[in-house]
Amino acid sequence: MTLELVRLDDRLVHGQVVVGWGQALAISLVVLVDDRVRQSDWEQELYRMGMPPDMELRFASVPEAIAAVPAWDASPRKTLVLTGDVDSLVRLVKGAGLRRVNIGGLHQQADRRQRLRYIYLSDAEARELRCLADTGVEVVAQDVPTARPVPLNEIT
Amino acid sequence: MSERLKGVVVSHAALAQGLVDAVRQITGEDDLIPLSNEGCDSGLLASRLKDAIGDAPAVVFVDLPGGSCLQAAMKHQRGAPSVSIVAGVNLAMLLDFIYHRDLSPVEAARRAVEQGGRAVRAVAL
Repeated sequence: MTLELVRLDDRLVHGQVVVGWGQALAISLVVLVDDRVRQSDWEQELYRMGMPPDMELRFASVPEAIAAVPAWDASPRKTLVLTGDVDSLVRLVKGAGLRRVNIGGLHQQADRRQRLRYIYLSDAEARELRCLADTGVEVVAQDVPTARPVPLNEIT
Repeated sequence: MSERLKGVVVSHAALAQGLVDAVRQITGEDDLIPLSNEGCDSGLLASRLKDAIGDAPAVVFVDLPGGSCLQAAMKHQRGAPSVSIVAGVNLAMLLDFIYHRDLSPVEAARRAVEQGGRAVRAVAL
Protein backbone atom coordinates (compact mmCIF):
# COMPACT_ATOMS: atom_id res chain seq x y z
CA MET A 1 0.00 0.00 0.00
CA THR A 2 1.44 3.35 -0.99
CA LEU A 3 -1.21 5.54 0.60
CA GLU A 4 1.04 5.89 3.60
CA LEU A 5 -0.90 8.27 5.83
CA VAL A 6 -4.34 9.85 5.96
CA ARG A 7 -4.09 12.79 8.33
CA LEU A 8 -6.49 15.28 9.89
CA ASP A 9 -4.61 18.52 10.54
CA ASP A 10 -6.14 22.00 10.39
CA ARG A 11 -2.75 23.57 9.64
CA LEU A 12 -2.74 21.48 6.45
CA VAL A 13 0.66 21.88 4.74
CA HIS A 14 3.20 22.70 7.46
CA GLY A 15 6.43 21.52 9.01
CA GLN A 16 5.16 18.48 10.88
CA VAL A 17 3.61 17.19 7.68
CA VAL A 18 6.26 17.84 5.04
CA VAL A 19 9.32 17.52 7.27
CA GLY A 20 8.27 15.31 10.19
CA TRP A 21 6.09 12.75 8.40
CA GLY A 22 7.35 13.48 4.90
CA GLN A 23 10.92 12.51 5.73
CA ALA A 24 10.04 9.58 8.03
CA LEU A 25 7.77 7.98 5.41
CA ALA A 26 9.72 9.12 2.31
CA ILE A 27 6.58 10.80 0.97
CA SER A 28 6.76 12.08 -2.62
CA LEU A 29 3.12 13.16 -3.10
CA VAL A 30 0.90 15.13 -0.73
CA VAL A 31 -2.78 15.51 -1.59
CA LEU A 32 -4.70 18.25 0.19
CA VAL A 33 -8.35 17.22 0.24
CA ASP A 34 -10.57 20.20 0.90
CA ASP A 35 -13.59 21.35 -1.11
CA ARG A 36 -12.94 25.05 -0.42
CA VAL A 37 -9.18 25.07 -1.09
CA ARG A 38 -9.85 23.11 -4.30
CA GLN A 39 -11.71 26.20 -5.54
CA SER A 40 -9.20 28.82 -4.34
CA ASP A 41 -6.17 29.57 -6.52
CA TRP A 42 -4.57 31.91 -4.01
CA GLU A 43 -4.84 29.39 -1.15
CA GLN A 44 -3.34 26.69 -3.36
CA GLU A 45 -0.42 29.01 -4.09
CA LEU A 46 -0.08 29.67 -0.35
CA TYR A 47 0.21 25.96 0.43
CA ARG A 48 2.60 25.32 -2.47
CA MET A 49 5.04 27.76 -0.85
CA GLY A 50 5.46 25.34 2.06
CA MET A 51 6.51 22.38 -0.07
CA PRO A 52 10.08 21.13 -0.42
CA PRO A 53 11.22 20.84 -4.06
CA ASP A 54 11.28 17.04 -4.05
CA MET A 55 7.66 16.67 -2.97
CA GLU A 56 4.58 17.29 -5.14
CA LEU A 57 1.40 18.86 -3.81
CA ARG A 58 -1.99 18.26 -5.44
CA PHE A 59 -5.45 19.45 -4.52
CA ALA A 60 -8.70 17.50 -4.58
CA SER A 61 -12.28 17.89 -3.45
CA VAL A 62 -13.63 15.12 -1.24
CA PRO A 63 -15.51 13.43 -4.14
CA GLU A 64 -12.40 13.68 -6.36
CA ALA A 65 -10.29 12.14 -3.62
CA ILE A 66 -12.73 9.28 -3.07
CA ALA A 67 -12.51 8.48 -6.78
CA ALA A 68 -8.69 8.70 -6.78
CA VAL A 69 -7.87 6.59 -3.69
CA PRO A 70 -7.57 3.30 -5.65
CA ALA A 71 -5.06 4.95 -8.01
CA TRP A 72 -3.03 6.39 -5.12
CA ASP A 73 -3.02 2.94 -3.51
CA ALA A 74 -1.83 1.30 -6.73
CA SER A 75 0.82 3.91 -7.48
CA PRO A 76 4.45 3.29 -6.51
CA ARG A 77 4.59 6.86 -5.16
CA LYS A 78 4.35 7.16 -1.40
CA THR A 79 1.36 9.41 -0.78
CA LEU A 80 0.11 11.40 2.20
CA VAL A 81 -3.48 12.63 2.22
CA LEU A 82 -4.42 15.66 4.31
CA THR A 83 -7.78 16.96 5.43
CA GLY A 84 -8.41 19.99 7.63
CA ASP A 85 -11.72 19.21 9.33
CA VAL A 86 -13.56 16.25 10.80
CA ASP A 87 -16.45 16.38 8.34
CA SER A 88 -14.16 16.13 5.27
CA LEU A 89 -12.19 13.32 6.89
CA VAL A 90 -15.28 11.29 7.72
CA ARG A 91 -16.72 11.72 4.21
CA LEU A 92 -13.40 10.69 2.67
CA VAL A 93 -12.84 7.68 4.92
CA LYS A 94 -16.38 6.36 4.50
CA GLY A 95 -16.48 7.05 0.76
CA ALA A 96 -13.12 5.46 0.02
CA GLY A 97 -13.29 2.67 2.60
CA LEU A 98 -10.07 3.71 4.35
CA ARG A 99 -9.07 1.70 7.43
CA ARG A 100 -6.67 3.91 9.37
CA VAL A 101 -6.48 7.66 10.07
CA ASN A 102 -4.08 9.89 11.93
CA ILE A 103 -5.40 12.81 13.97
CA GLY A 104 -2.46 15.18 13.79
CA GLY A 105 -3.69 18.57 14.90
CA LEU A 106 -6.95 20.39 15.56
CA HIS A 107 -6.60 23.66 17.37
CA GLN A 108 -8.59 26.04 19.56
CA GLN A 109 -12.12 27.08 18.65
CA ALA A 110 -14.92 28.40 20.81
CA ASP A 111 -16.87 25.12 20.99
CA ARG A 112 -13.86 22.84 21.40
CA ARG A 113 -12.09 21.62 24.52
CA GLN A 114 -8.53 20.39 24.79
CA ARG A 115 -7.99 16.62 24.57
CA LEU A 116 -4.23 16.58 23.97
CA ARG A 117 -1.64 19.36 23.62
CA TYR A 118 -2.33 19.45 19.90
CA ILE A 119 -5.94 18.30 19.76
CA TYR A 120 -9.07 20.25 20.61
CA LEU A 121 -12.44 18.69 19.76
CA SER A 122 -16.06 19.76 20.14
CA ASP A 123 -18.44 17.16 21.52
CA ALA A 124 -19.96 16.77 18.04
CA GLU A 125 -16.53 16.20 16.44
CA ALA A 126 -15.61 13.66 19.13
CA ARG A 127 -18.89 11.86 18.45
CA GLU A 128 -18.25 11.78 14.69
CA LEU A 129 -14.78 10.30 15.20
CA ARG A 130 -16.08 7.71 17.67
CA CYS A 131 -18.73 6.68 15.12
CA LEU A 132 -15.95 6.22 12.58
CA ALA A 133 -13.95 4.10 15.01
CA ASP A 134 -17.06 2.01 15.77
CA THR A 135 -17.12 0.95 12.11
CA GLY A 136 -13.66 -0.58 12.53
CA VAL A 137 -11.51 2.31 11.35
CA GLU A 138 -8.35 2.71 13.42
CA VAL A 139 -8.34 6.33 14.65
CA VAL A 140 -5.08 7.34 16.32
CA ALA A 141 -3.82 10.72 17.51
CA GLN A 142 -0.13 11.37 16.83
CA ASP A 143 1.39 14.74 15.92
CA VAL A 144 4.87 13.58 14.86
CA PRO A 145 6.31 10.14 14.02
CA THR A 146 8.34 9.92 17.23
CA ALA A 147 5.35 10.62 19.50
CA ARG A 148 3.29 7.91 21.15
CA PRO A 149 0.22 7.00 19.07
CA VAL A 150 -2.80 7.75 21.28
CA PRO A 151 -5.94 5.68 20.60
CA LEU A 152 -9.12 7.69 20.15
CA ASN A 153 -10.77 6.15 23.23
CA GLU A 154 -8.12 7.78 25.44
CA ILE A 155 -9.18 11.28 24.36
CA THR A 156 -12.95 11.05 23.77
CA MET B 1 7.39 62.50 12.55
CA SER B 2 5.57 59.73 10.67
CA GLU B 3 4.30 56.67 12.51
CA ARG B 4 7.01 54.09 13.08
CA LEU B 5 6.45 50.64 11.67
CA LYS B 6 5.19 47.91 13.92
CA GLY B 7 7.21 44.70 13.91
CA VAL B 8 5.66 41.31 14.71
CA VAL B 9 7.61 38.05 14.89
CA VAL B 10 5.60 34.86 14.29
CA SER B 11 7.11 31.43 14.88
CA HIS B 12 6.75 27.85 15.90
CA ALA B 13 7.05 27.19 19.65
CA ALA B 14 8.95 29.88 21.61
CA LEU B 15 11.35 31.07 18.90
CA ALA B 16 9.59 34.43 18.40
CA GLN B 17 9.66 35.17 22.11
CA GLY B 18 13.35 34.25 22.23
CA LEU B 19 14.23 36.51 19.31
CA VAL B 20 12.27 39.42 20.79
CA ASP B 21 13.96 38.85 24.17
CA ALA B 22 17.36 38.88 22.45
CA VAL B 23 16.58 42.18 20.66
CA ARG B 24 15.51 43.69 23.97
CA GLN B 25 18.65 42.45 25.71
CA ILE B 26 20.95 43.86 23.02
CA THR B 27 19.20 47.16 22.23
CA GLY B 28 16.97 47.94 25.18
CA GLU B 29 14.14 48.42 22.66
CA ASP B 30 10.89 46.78 23.66
CA ASP B 31 8.68 47.34 20.61
CA LEU B 32 8.64 44.00 18.79
CA ILE B 33 5.62 41.77 19.33
CA PRO B 34 6.15 37.97 19.53
CA LEU B 35 3.45 35.48 18.51
CA SER B 36 3.64 31.69 18.69
CA ASN B 37 1.56 29.28 16.63
CA GLU B 38 1.20 27.03 19.69
CA GLY B 39 -2.42 25.85 19.90
CA CYS B 40 -3.48 27.85 16.81
CA ASP B 41 -4.60 26.97 13.33
CA SER B 42 -3.67 29.57 10.71
CA GLY B 43 -7.09 31.26 10.99
CA LEU B 44 -6.75 31.86 14.73
CA LEU B 45 -3.15 32.98 14.30
CA ALA B 46 -4.25 35.43 11.57
CA SER B 47 -6.84 36.92 13.93
CA ARG B 48 -4.17 37.30 16.65
CA LEU B 49 -2.01 39.09 14.10
CA LYS B 50 -4.89 41.42 13.34
CA ASP B 51 -5.28 42.15 17.06
CA ALA B 52 -1.55 42.84 17.39
CA ILE B 53 -1.22 45.09 14.33
CA GLY B 54 -4.57 46.84 14.05
CA ASP B 55 -4.53 49.18 11.07
CA ALA B 56 -0.91 50.27 11.52
CA PRO B 57 1.75 49.81 8.84
CA ALA B 58 3.81 46.80 9.84
CA VAL B 59 6.33 44.16 8.91
CA VAL B 60 5.54 40.58 9.91
CA PHE B 61 8.60 38.36 10.30
CA VAL B 62 7.91 34.60 10.11
CA ASP B 63 10.29 31.75 10.79
CA LEU B 64 9.94 29.60 7.65
CA PRO B 65 9.11 30.31 4.00
CA GLY B 66 6.08 28.01 4.25
CA GLY B 67 3.84 26.49 6.88
CA SER B 68 1.23 27.78 9.28
CA CYS B 69 3.01 30.98 10.37
CA LEU B 70 3.46 32.21 6.80
CA GLN B 71 -0.06 31.11 5.90
CA ALA B 72 -1.47 33.12 8.81
CA ALA B 73 0.58 36.17 7.84
CA MET B 74 -0.58 35.98 4.23
CA LYS B 75 -4.21 35.55 5.25
CA HIS B 76 -3.89 38.69 7.37
CA GLN B 77 -2.08 40.57 4.61
CA ARG B 78 -4.95 40.06 2.14
CA GLY B 79 -7.04 42.50 4.19
CA ALA B 80 -4.14 44.73 5.22
CA PRO B 81 -2.17 46.17 2.28
CA SER B 82 0.13 48.18 4.57
CA VAL B 83 1.68 44.96 5.89
CA SER B 84 4.79 43.35 4.40
CA ILE B 85 6.03 39.86 5.21
CA VAL B 86 9.57 38.56 5.56
CA ALA B 87 10.13 34.80 5.81
CA GLY B 88 13.26 33.30 7.37
CA VAL B 89 13.61 35.73 10.27
CA ASN B 90 16.92 35.99 12.07
CA LEU B 91 18.29 38.10 14.89
CA ALA B 92 20.47 40.25 12.65
CA MET B 93 17.55 41.52 10.58
CA LEU B 94 15.52 42.30 13.68
CA LEU B 95 18.39 44.28 15.21
CA ASP B 96 18.61 46.34 12.01
CA PHE B 97 14.83 46.70 11.68
CA ILE B 98 14.42 48.12 15.14
CA TYR B 99 16.46 51.20 14.08
CA HIS B 100 14.86 51.58 10.62
CA ARG B 101 11.17 51.78 11.28
CA ASP B 102 10.72 55.06 9.44
CA LEU B 103 10.69 53.21 6.09
CA SER B 104 7.62 51.99 4.22
CA PRO B 105 6.67 48.35 4.95
CA VAL B 106 7.92 47.29 1.51
CA GLU B 107 11.25 49.11 1.91
CA ALA B 108 11.70 47.76 5.43
CA ALA B 109 11.01 44.21 4.26
CA ARG B 110 13.52 44.54 1.43
CA ARG B 111 16.11 45.92 3.83
CA ALA B 112 15.48 43.11 6.31
CA VAL B 113 16.12 40.51 3.62
CA GLU B 114 19.42 42.22 2.70
CA GLN B 115 20.58 42.66 6.28
CA GLY B 116 19.47 39.22 7.42
CA GLY B 117 21.00 37.52 4.40
CA ARG B 118 24.30 39.33 4.92
CA ALA B 119 24.52 37.83 8.41
CA VAL B 120 24.33 34.22 7.20
CA ARG B 121 27.77 32.97 6.29
CA ALA B 122 30.21 30.15 6.79
CA VAL B 123 32.96 31.36 9.09
CA ALA B 124 36.43 29.97 8.48
CA LEU B 125 39.22 29.96 11.03
